[in-house]
Amino acid sequence: MLLNIKDLHVSIDGKEILKGCNLGVNNGEVHAIMGPNGTGKSTLAAAITGREGYDITSGEIIYKGQDISELSPDIRANEGIFLSFQYPVEIPGVSITNFMRTAINAQREYRGEQPIAAGEFLKKMEEKKKLVDIQSKLTNRSVNEGFSGGEKKKNEIFQMAMLEPTFAVLDETDSGLDIDALKVVANGVNALRSENNAFVVITHYQRLLDYIVPDFVHVMYDGKIVKSGGKGLANELEEKGYDWIKEHVQNG
Amino acid sequence: MSDNKNKIFPLETSLKNSYMDKTKPLNHAKSGSNAIEHKKVTNSRLNGYNIFDKTGLPTPVIEQWRSTNITKDYKENYLIGDNKPKFDKQINEIFHCSVHGFDTNVFALLNGWYYSTPDKVLQTLDNGIIVGSLAVAQQKYPDLFDDYYNEIARPDSHGFNAINAAIFTDGLFIYVPDNVKSDKAVQLIKMVNRDDNIMINTRNLIILGENSRLSFLHCDDSINQHKGLLATNTEIFLKKDAQLDLYKLQNLNNNTTLVNSTFVKQDANSNLNVNVLTFNGGIIRNEFTIDLTEEGANADISGMYLMDDKQHVDNQVKVIHSAPNCTSSELFKGVLDDHASGVFNGYIYVARDAQQTMAFQKNANILMTSTASIDTMPFLEIYADDVKCSHGATVGQLDNDALFYLMQRGIKESDAKLLLMYAFVTEVTNKIGIDALRNSVDDMVKKRLRGDLSICDKCILQCSTPDLPVEFEIDMSKI
Ligand SMILES: Nc1ncnc2c1ncn2[C@@H]1O[C@H](COP(=O)(O)OP(=O)(O)OP(=O)(O)O)[C@@H](O)[C@H]1O
Ligand SMILES: [Mg+2]
Repeated sequence: MLLNIKDLHVSIDGKEILKGCNLGVNNGEVHAIMGPNGTGKSTLAAAITGREGYDITSGEIIYKGQDISELSPDIRANEGIFLSFQYPVEIPGVSITNFMRTAINAQREYRGEQPIAAGEFLKKMEEKKKLVDIQSKLTNRSVNEGFSGGEKKKNEIFQMAMLEPTFAVLDETDSGLDIDALKVVANGVNALRSENNAFVVITHYQRLLDYIVPDFVHVMYDGKIVKSGGKGLANELEEKGYDWIKEHVQNG
Repeated sequence: MSDNKNKIFPLETSLKNSYMDKTKPLNHAKSGSNAIEHKKVTNSRLNGYNIFDKTGLPTPVIEQWRSTNITKDYKENYLIGDNKPKFDKQINEIFHCSVHGFDTNVFALLNGWYYSTPDKVLQTLDNGIIVGSLAVAQQKYPDLFDDYYNEIARPDSHGFNAINAAIFTDGLFIYVPDNVKSDKAVQLIKMVNRDDNIMINTRNLIILGENSRLSFLHCDDSINQHKGLLATNTEIFLKKDAQLDLYKLQNLNNNTTLVNSTFVKQDANSNLNVNVLTFNGGIIRNEFTIDLTEEGANADISGMYLMDDKQHVDNQVKVIHSAPNCTSSELFKGVLDDHASGVFNGYIYVARDAQQTMAFQKNANILMTSTASIDTMPFLEIYADDVKCSHGATVGQLDNDALFYLMQRGIKESDAKLLLMYAFVTEVTNKIGIDALRNSVDDMVKKRLRGDLSICDKCILQCSTPDLPVEFEIDMSKI
């Protein structure tokens, strides 16, 4: 199993947010996580990527056979974990190009490889820019600074394509995208899918799952995965909303 | 002030002793010259003596020196000025500028003296610009000294400026005739290589004629680790439609104190762009007094400082809007680490007649530790009613969300911090109009933040030769 989350409890400022979350992801799979607002989906992403302030009080995050909960975020990233942020951060003064070159070289250094040659890097940039239909005038600008909501999300997928992760969490990458951009993003993800990687897609809308077809759909409620199923579950949620899930949970 | 009077600092005593023989100015004694000084220079020396006799050296009891305390330097013994050095080494043996694509006309001051062969002591360049030793220029161009010398400097502003008028040795003189637009920058390298504690006073006079243009790069370097107390007064005149781009690069050792005061008078539609780049130094105080005296004048003053250890930087910027329709903007940004401390004092004065003034001021700081500090004091005094003025000061830490974002992409914490600090000051460094200079300053910023920028044994710009691979050294977006 690529990622195995076992009975994970996570607190922020002493307040428990994840209350015994379980999730297993194998290579080659796509999992979708749905669930009402504020139930802990982004918190799970933060715990997997090692964000400060998210205290793991019990449970394990096993990735490639190792508990990674003590590893710093950059090491996890260099081990192939990627997060497409729900709210990408603006970083004035750092151009995307510079940022990506620094990130790729950090990854290479971690693997004991030589820095990327300028020509190779530029070629890769061009290729991936095409993949997500992102314009050069965007990549020459500072990271996310003044980007529209949709541009920010596209930029996340562009970065994912550049870094070629083994395990990627896409946190509401579809929100704020128009139909065309949604297809572009989905195509980008599908192009990267292989037998050697896996994706977790957090979304509120079944529509994205028409383009990125998941192997499993999970529902998160009150800090736990309370229901899992196939793609059909997403359709059911779209139709019925979450009330029946809540009842289902309350009735044990 | 009265406190100050009761204490007698060794430096104050030796300064007063240094000018006891008023018949022979210190610089003449030290250079062996018997030439007669320009009357205005001599008079301003006497005036400086008299003021200094009363004021002595500034201490924190004076409001403008509240947060910059140099008194520990006053307790040291200094050699007051050096004898004029012989020209026995080419400049490029002491200093070597290796920035590719950055070709400047280089002039040097060594230990307070203009340093050149005798035939080059005052030159007229191909484009008509006159550059050379101030001490020599006063004899050759007495009319210019009649009109400009000591017209805007303020020896009464504090003891350093008083004593500077009195005992300065030499300095740089630049005269750009009307309509001359120089595409090659003038670079002044100020070097100190004495093996003693030394106080050096220099003085520059820069005059830009109507519709002329000059880029001037003013480098203050230490080339050893000895204690220095360096004081400079610079007077700058911008005639109608003139433009000066002034870059100050400061990379001094941690034992050195630099107090420099720049006075600018701007005529109609003149443009001043200043970029003060402070990389290193024990205590650095940069004072600017800029008077926008006629309509349409514009001053853009920016600065960047990267301080750590116990370093201290103090930027005092005073802009006086005397005439209508002038604009000024100030942008100072810096990162303070360890026990470093900083001061920003921005003062905008808008006279009653200066309608339609636009004056903006911003100071932003990142404190890396809880022991670093910044004292930022914007001050506006406005007597006109139709003006647009704004000021803002921020003090903060690195953005944790941005830090996590970078680390999530695999960049290790130390590099991510470095990248954010670098990004923070690019708003200032991006204003540098000379590409080659901007690129080398960029490299220097990265090296400085990484802790690899040392006081070179040659010119500071030597550091921009990447002997170590500089991460994200190439801005690929420019390819
Ligand atoms: N830094 C924080 N400090 C305090 N509470 C937090 C913090 N971050 C998240 N929370 C709380 O944790 C709970 C779960 O938040 P989380 O962002 O994981 O929800 P989510 O499932 O991603 O919701 P959404 O669908 O709206 O994105 C919420 O109640 C939220 O207010
Ligand atoms: Mg969320």
